[in-house]
Amino acid sequence: MSEAVEAEVKTNPQGDPVSSAPVAPPAASGRKDPHGDAKKQREVTADHMFFEAPREREFITGSEAAKEAVRRSNVDVAIAYPITPQSETMQLIGVLYGEGYVKEYYRGEEEYGVMSAIAGASRAGVRCFTATAGPGTLRGIEPIASWPGHRLPAVAMFTCRVVNAPLAIQPDNIEIAYLLNCGMIVFHAENQQDLFDYIMKGFIISEKNDVTLPVGVACDGFFVTHARGYCSMQDRSMKLPARDPYRGAVPVLDAENPPARLSRDAPVQKSNFMAYNIHGVWQQEVWAAVERSRKYIDYYMEGLVEAQNVEGADVLIIASGSAAAQSREAVRLCTEKGIQAGFIKIRSLRPFPTNELRQLCAKAKLIVIPEFNYVGWLAKDVATAIYGFSKAKVVAGPHVYGGMSMPVEMIVDEVECGLTGKKSHTVPESHIMGTVDPAAMAQFMKSI
Amino acid sequence: MSLDYVKFTPGFGKFMPKEYRDMVEHGPFGKKTSVSQVGTFKEILEEHPMCAGCAMTLFIRLAIISFPNPEDTITVGTAGCGRLAISQAAIPFVYGNYGDQNGVASGLSRGLRLRFGDRPKDVVVMAGDGGTADIGFAQTLHSWFRKEKFTTIMLDNEVYGNTGGQESGMTNKNQVLKMAPLGKKFEKMDMLGMAKVAGCAYVATVVPNNPRRVESVIKKAVLIAREIGPTYIQAYTSCNIEYAIPTDKVMEDAKEVENDRYKFSEYITDEAKQYLGELYGYKEYLPKPAAAVAKS
Repeated sequence: MSEAVEAEVKTNPQGDPVSSAPVAPPAASGRKDPHGDAKKQREVTADHMFFEAPREREFITGSEAAKEAVRRSNVDVAIAYPITPQSETMQLIGVLYGEGYVKEYYRGEEEYGVMSAIAGASRAGVRCFTATAGPGTLRGIEPIASWPGHRLPAVAMFTCRVVNAPLAIQPDNIEIAYLLNCGMIVFHAENQQDLFDYIMKGFIISEKNDVTLPVGVACDGFFVTHARGYCSMQDRSMKLPARDPYRGAVPVLDAENPPARLSRDAPVQKSNFMAYNIHGVWQQEVWAAVERSRKYIDYYMEGLVEAQNVEGADVLIIASGSAAAQSREAVRLCTEKGIQAGFIKIRSLRPFPTNELRQLCAKAKLIVIPEFNYVGWLAKDVATAIYGFSKAKVVAGPHVYGGMSMPVEMIVDEVECGLTGKKSHTVPESHIMGTVDPAAMAQFMKSI
Repeated sequence: MSLDYVKFTPGFGKFMPKEYRDMVEHGPFGKKTSVSQVGTFKEILEEHPMCAGCAMTLFIRLAIISFPNPEDTITVGTAGCGRLAISQAAIPFVYGNYGDQNGVASGLSRGLRLRFGDRPKDVVVMAGDGGTADIGFAQTLHSWFRKEKFTTIMLDNEVYGNTGGQESGMTNKNQVLKMAPLGKKFEKMDMLGMAKVAGCAYVATVVPNNPRRVESVIKKAVLIAREIGPTYIQAYTSCNIEYAIPTDKVMEDAKEVENDRYKFSEYITDEAKQYLGELYGYKEYLPKPAAAVAKS
């Protein structure tokens, strides 16, 4: 009951007392203050949170991992929408709002409205979080695609689901293909632990002065959001430092400082040389900011990729998200069969680990890229990155989609087919690059 | 309120353009200015790229003069003619995506309240009839139902002016326009009725040819939105290009339309009346003295 007697001192994100704070309920009522624990949270540095603070392991769902990450991230505003289709993540963030860990929260009208409101709140200088999935991502994609250009720091979680007809709610990460070209930073979480870490680190990277961009943390719906996994977490009595609204590449819109030219100059849309020039330069700057985030991803997330057994391996399996979990097991099976196989997990899709892959893939003979979507967006990016730097045959597959799971044997089959030249059961020849047939290669580039 | 940012860094004043110096020395920031003083101070919006005779521009200019705290006001808009003028004003303007203005304003207003507490930071949405009643309809209505505390102003020219004269939901029935070659087939949308149903604390219609009335409704709407709830102003701001109104007849047209279908109307909740009366000295909303009540 000690919480009940805590004097309430409401502060703004800078830690200054706010005089209008409501008076704490009288301690005599004997009722526990629902915000008691949240009020006792103390801010620690990002370095302490990520590298020093002791962690305890829990067996939780991905949505719960996201909730626990937000609890420790000092989030000001979270805006929710229930379905199209959604995980339970945003309703769990609602629980955090009830407990006082998130200061402002509401259920929006639909994703366009939610993503627009996130844009407004981020402009106000506060830390924002939202989550959506599949068709919701595409419904919100117009505002989402404009966040980077408006230089709006925020973290959005995408729990990937089917977006194409026929309507379904199954896991399928094709929506990431749309996010890759927005100018936002995109991480792909393999499991509950990744989700927890990437969200928290995402806030810090997003708000770095020379980045000032939104971070999208994607994971494969159901496989990560609804399933349980082990997640090592810092004590909930700690939270990250608040967002400093004045530490950004463009000023926040609070009428306390001169607004950015972008906010004032709507006539950028006019058709004249200056308009083209301004818009062109702005896009360059957004992507330059994506580039500048590399050093922070290296620092906080141990790099854009994770590599295992790559040295001396003939075969490399490259994957992101849930496909990475399947690939780890495939590597183990390959090793049992006497195949020298290595594994590369791509943590960050934007920025893309181009140089890392060029180096890691230099000596490989075969690269297999399993994905949970039909189009093979990851294979396309990998092939583009290593072209001219590796002589490996690249197998864009196996692919599963529409909610199918990926048996590990499918990946092992592709490794064996790739090495022996045997015809694959699931990957068409046109999706195999580096074979003798240049026409098949051209067909592949056209088809992806 | 941070008036510091409109001031010069010491020693740099003399190098600043005259427009800027006028704004700092004779602008309305930190002062109480009114439309009756026009010509005696530097306005926040003067130059703009709008068509000659544009009634919308006059309305926007009057509206901005009327903001009770221009130095702490942030405007939000969307695609349309209005933003071309609003973006030229010397106060922050958010120009996001198509029809997103009430969503953006919801997040912005909540975020600013978290950071600044009771210090007023007024958020004012100014968007066209298409932006408000068509493409931004869901976000507009939902922001009202959610009781978001900011002002929404519709610049109603009854047509998509910026895109070249297409029918909008606010166009009158039977009007022939682009995309309505046989005349519009349904009635002008009753956004005023919907604003009341959705819970706006203050709803008013106004035309720009009565500056004092524009000032009055804008001030009330912005003040009520600070504490009480959403407010909505629907302003007839004709498009003299698409409706072929001769430039020198724009004000006459406004008068005619006012008399015909755009009569001044004002709806205000009791809570908002009491708030204006008690906090901002609106005597007409204060309870009548006991003697007067007894007499009546």
